[in-house]
Amino acid sequence: MTKPEGEYTWKDLEVGAIVTEPGNAAQYKTGDWRSQKPTYDFAKCIKCGLCQIYCPEGCVVQNDEGCFEADMFYCKGCGICARECPTRVITMVEEEE
Amino acid sequence: MVKKVGIEVSVAIGEAVRLANADVVAAYPITPQTHIVEHLAELVADGDLDAAYIPVESEHSAMSACLGSAAAGARTFTATAGQGLELMHEVLYVASSMRLPVVMAVANRALSSPLSVWGDHSDVMAVRDTGWIQIFTENGQEVVDNVLCAFKIAEDRKVLLPVMIHLDGFHLSHVIEPIVFPEQEAVDKFLPINNFPFALHPAKPVTMGDFAPPIIYPEAKWAQEVNLRASKEVILRTWQEFGQAFGRHYSPVESYKTEGARVLLLTMGSFSETAMTVIDKLQGEGRKVGLVRLRLWRPFPFEELRQAVKGAETLIVVDRALSFGGPGGPVCSEVRSALYGQDKKPKVVSFVAGLGGRDITPAGFETIINRGIAIAQKGSANEFEIFGVRGADAEL
Amino acid sequence: MQNYNVYVPRLVPKKDTFVPGHRACIGCGEALAVRLACKALGSNVVIANATGCMEIVSSPLPTTSWKVPWIHTLFENTAAVASGIESGLKMLMKKGRIAREDIKVVAMAGDGGTSDIGLQALSGAMERGHNFLYICFDNEAYMNTGIQRSSATPFGAATTTSPAGKQSIGQMSWKKNMPAIAAAHNIPYVATACPSYPFDMMEKVKKGIDTPGPAYVHILSVCPTGWRCPTDLTVRMGRLAVETGIFPLYEVENGKYKLNFDFPELRPVTDYLKLQGRFRHLSDDLLAKIQKRVTADYAALKEKASDD
Repeated sequence: MTKPEGEYTWKDLEVGAIVTEPGNAAQYKTGDWRSQKPTYDFAKCIKCGLCQIYCPEGCVVQNDEGCFEADMFYCKGCGICARECPTRVITMVEEEE
Repeated sequence: MVKKVGIEVSVAIGEAVRLANADVVAAYPITPQTHIVEHLAELVADGDLDAAYIPVESEHSAMSACLGSAAAGARTFTATAGQGLELMHEVLYVASSMRLPVVMAVANRALSSPLSVWGDHSDVMAVRDTGWIQIFTENGQEVVDNVLCAFKIAEDRKVLLPVMIHLDGFHLSHVIEPIVFPEQEAVDKFLPINNFPFALHPAKPVTMGDFAPPIIYPEAKWAQEVNLRASKEVILRTWQEFGQAFGRHYSPVESYKTEGARVLLLTMGSFSETAMTVIDKLQGEGRKVGLVRLRLWRPFPFEELRQAVKGAETLIVVDRALSFGGPGGPVCSEVRSALYGQDKKPKVVSFVAGLGGRDITPAGFETIINRGIAIAQKGSANEFEIFGVRGADAEL
Repeated sequence: MQNYNVYVPRLVPKKDTFVPGHRACIGCGEALAVRLACKALGSNVVIANATGCMEIVSSPLPTTSWKVPWIHTLFENTAAVASGIESGLKMLMKKGRIAREDIKVVAMAGDGGTSDIGLQALSGAMERGHNFLYICFDNEAYMNTGIQRSSATPFGAATTTSPAGKQSIGQMSWKKNMPAIAAAHNIPYVATACPSYPFDMMEKVKKGIDTPGPAYVHILSVCPTGWRCPTDLTVRMGRLAVETGIFPLYEVENGKYKLNFDFPELRPVTDYLKLQGRFRHLSDDLLAKIQKRVTADYAALKEKASDD
């Protein structure tokens, strides 16, 4: 877990400012960005996985029932999944404050 | 038994790279470096150097390919001159800040315009701030020796910085000199494989070249500065090891007949040897004039310089480059700056001479010394003296 | 028809090597393309990336969105850096310093870093025949610096440096044909792709890295921010680009053209252009001019693809 940049001293940086922890950007919460979020009517879900394919964030995961839903920690609320879902499982609604 | 051969210095550089068993050479030809890259191509073509030779389409791509190669962990070499050094300017900063151990020979060349393929230090003075370790050489043997040292220094785990070896274009690159080549076995012992610890490889993925907003950029830059300064220790140690292994010793600042000298001349590069003949002559006449040569240019050898000029009353610096509209001689301005804080310091006089390959003869150096002494005593209206330019030089 | 024989959602690798937490805009088509391309590339890869949207959003110090080895240096030298990596790895394996394995070298750059400032390095790398894949993620402008035009910006598009105005129709020149330039270098594999056709795209990326020698894949990356369209239309927009013939999906294998998707009838270009704010200033005349050109170019492409 990397600490906030503002706490790094020059000694904390790796040689050449190389980052040696692959994928550590995953700790950044992009979910704060959204103004709308996906809601699901899973009864209609045919588990095709297209929403997972089309998510630019790659934050759609398969739940225990085998249906696909977005991880709210990352979901930016673009609405692509709602638009592309062939059986209209997903509806975008306003994000509450 | 070591052999001494008469060989063109450019070709000798190729031989040094062969001895160092470089893995990748990515270079673009430019006068007066062409013989270096041509000979390297021959060595690779004949299988004498087991390396990938990438004939890139520009110097910018030459240094960029070197970045990729060094980042992958390969021992990487290139060479350039003049305009080529300027074309790769932005890439130089990346090589040093990303701590990639690239070794580059620069056949110092004047900069356009007008176009000049001949030797002076304009190209190198324009890259002072790029964060590379930079070493000057005066003759062919020094070039070969320092190319070998460069790989060792660059790859040292405590350094991991790119190194430039400077040699005067034409004055040094194209002359045939007597050079002793160490035996391959001895070189292998001096310069073993030293794998880059962060090499790009799927087994251990790293990310190189993040962007840094203001909150963290200065920290990254300071780390770079600290490490460049700290590299001096490794440079000294490497020269010491080289001396022990091969019998030739190098120092950051070389002094020539400076004991008791009240007047000192300071030069860099091959015309130092011309200056030496003048020093010999003047000392033969009973004059107390000595010569100081800067070999280590970056990191700047502050302590060694201050020590070398201690006791002198006059220090005449001869630059082979001109910083327009500024202090004139770049080396002189750095020397002045290094001495500024000293309680006792010589009067420093700045001369700019030999631009665009114009020769400075021994007589020329003698004139410079005499004029320098006069200026130190009487002062001058000029920030610096331009030597040998028709119409500007009162004596011409 | 999509080629479901090769890829179906369940066969697509679940793990991403380009992970969420990146700072791409909401609905970014380029992030989608990179994410999917990375699925096709796998983990045995080294990526050289140009300065641009994807580089910036994925690498704010001290973090990274990349789980594969990745290097960014400058804007215009990606193909040169990739050349160096390729040669370096080759020599290290030859000299036994690292184990011999099939590590793929991939260069990623935007349209600016490819068809403008990066063209020279790309041309050199292709001419020298390095074994690498070059992917151009084309969002049709210098998006990261604020939507300035590039030579990939389509005719009539408004950008900040080719704005529509009283004396300007927006971009005055036609989009530079980068795949044709790549094909002119006689490299073994060139392809155009779009994440709206994800399986076709992933197949092409895979083909690219599996082809010995240089390969070039040009991926249309819809940019809602720069193209001024709703964020949920990213995938639909890419589909429309293909269905109108504006961005045909084809391959050039050893000089032979092959059209991957053909339609009995192309949709009118207005179906695509009218959904984007960057084209909203275009007059009917200009729209007709664009239609005429697209129709002609598509016919020419079909002609090339049908030869023998």
